[in-house]
Amino acid sequence: MLSVHRLSRPNLLEASLTLAKGECLAIRGASGSGKSLLLRAIADLDPNEGEVELDNLSRDAIPAPDWRRQVCYLPAEAGWWADDLGTHFEDWERALPFFQRLGLDGAQKDWPISRLSTGERQRLALSRALAINPKILLLDEPTSGLDQAAVLAVEDLIAESRKTGTGVIWVTHDPVQAERVASRWLYLENGCLRDAFPLPEDPLSAKQDSTSPEGSADSPGENLR
Amino acid sequence: MNAIALSNWDLALAATLILINGGLSVILSLGLERQLLIATIRMIVQLILVGLVLTTLFSLVSPLWTSLAALAMIAFAGREVTARQERRLAGGWSYGLGTGCMLFAAGLVTVFALATQVGPDPWYHPRYAIPLLGMVLGNTMTGVSLGLHTLTSTLTRERAAVEARLMLGANRHEALLPVTRTAMKAAMMPIINSMAATGLVALPGMMTGQILAGADPAEAVKYQLLVMFLIAGGTSIGATGVVMAGGRRLTDARHRLRLDRLQAGKNL
Repeated sequence: MLSVHRLSRPNLLEASLTLAKGECLAIRGASGSGKSLLLRAIADLDPNEGEVELDNLSRDAIPAPDWRRQVCYLPAEAGWWADDLGTHFEDWERALPFFQRLGLDGAQKDWPISRLSTGERQRLALSRALAINPKILLLDEPTSGLDQAAVLAVEDLIAESRKTGTGVIWVTHDPVQAERVASRWLYLENGCLRDAFPLPEDPLSAKQDSTSPEGSADSPGENLR
Repeated sequence: MNAIALSNWDLALAATLILINGGLSVILSLGLERQLLIATIRMIVQLILVGLVLTTLFSLVSPLWTSLAALAMIAFAGREVTARQERRLAGGWSYGLGTGCMLFAAGLVTVFALATQVGPDPWYHPRYAIPLLGMVLGNTMTGVSLGLHTLTSTLTRERAAVEARLMLGANRHEALLPVTRTAMKAAMMPIINSMAATGLVALPGMMTGQILAGADPAEAVKYQLLVMFLIAGGTSIGATGVVMAGGRRLTDARHRLRLDRLQAGKNL
């Protein structure tokens, strides 16, 4: 469905990947390795080069606003441009089911953004993105500020939208989460993507582990170097 | 009209006030005397020079020299606008946009006034053209400078908010709208305030000058109204132009926010 070929930002990254309909691809990498830059480049938010296609249609042939509605990037800290919550939603009714799923049942249009907690904002921003019904979701640490119950609620909701065909690229630093939510894993290092299994239990990774005893359980992907 | 002419002795007498100021600064060791001296000398030299230039221009009544003087004023105004920017558009765009917008706005408004309401003969007579341009340009400069400054600083601060709208499929115009509004408000606030307060809080300088020169106050008021309309028009045209053009320069055809086209730096 989504194909990214030699997407590059000079001196920062060059990456190719494909994503099938309803697939979830997890991308991990040390902080500062350019995971967010990669997602931003796919969403065409920064100048970049390379071929990106959605359903065999080149990105260059689609006006940028339409592209971003279909390939929606959700940053770790989403922005809010008005004081009240309601203004941020094109169609409030369409976001209501997501509010319910994410434990935000009481959300009101007149909620002041400044009074919301980080976790609430994160879930509201996810609802806002899901409400425009994108074909591809580019999630950048979507659960970083959430408690365990909320993390699971988010993961459930994403899994459900995958069933309706939404493709997901999920950037996370947590290998356990990567293993749980994705079916394919990539590791971003020095601006390049490579295949990597999230957990040492995987046969390939386990074999590598025996040769690199200092590998930590926190960042097992790095054992694949 | 018959103004009371001032002799050099009259001016010297008034200048003793500055001397008293300087003396106080020395006695109380306020450390202001140096700046005071420099500012006073600058003022004297600049005003005498302007007087000479204007006298020459008025005796020539040449369209060439008048327009050269006008362009020099606009070029200086452009420098002032650029100097006041905390974050400048890279590659000389701040100077270019600021000067271009002021040239267009102040030029258009001044020519409009000369060609219709004021109507001197010839229409470009420097006695009317240069003072009108000066008043319109001075205020347009404030508007353009504030508008561009507010645009760049608000965009830098509100980057996440603007990009959030872009991420949800807004075009660059929609995404920038709250910032554009803030910038336009900042640019227009001085002229709106001064229109609202004029006559109550302060008597405008031009009107006061005409009254001192012996004009009928009712006539002076008419002139002041004309000038205020021109200033408001020039400011809004210039500010709208610079905010819109600046917003376009800080985004691109793929509707991305391009803050990489800004450079930091406080001074020239």
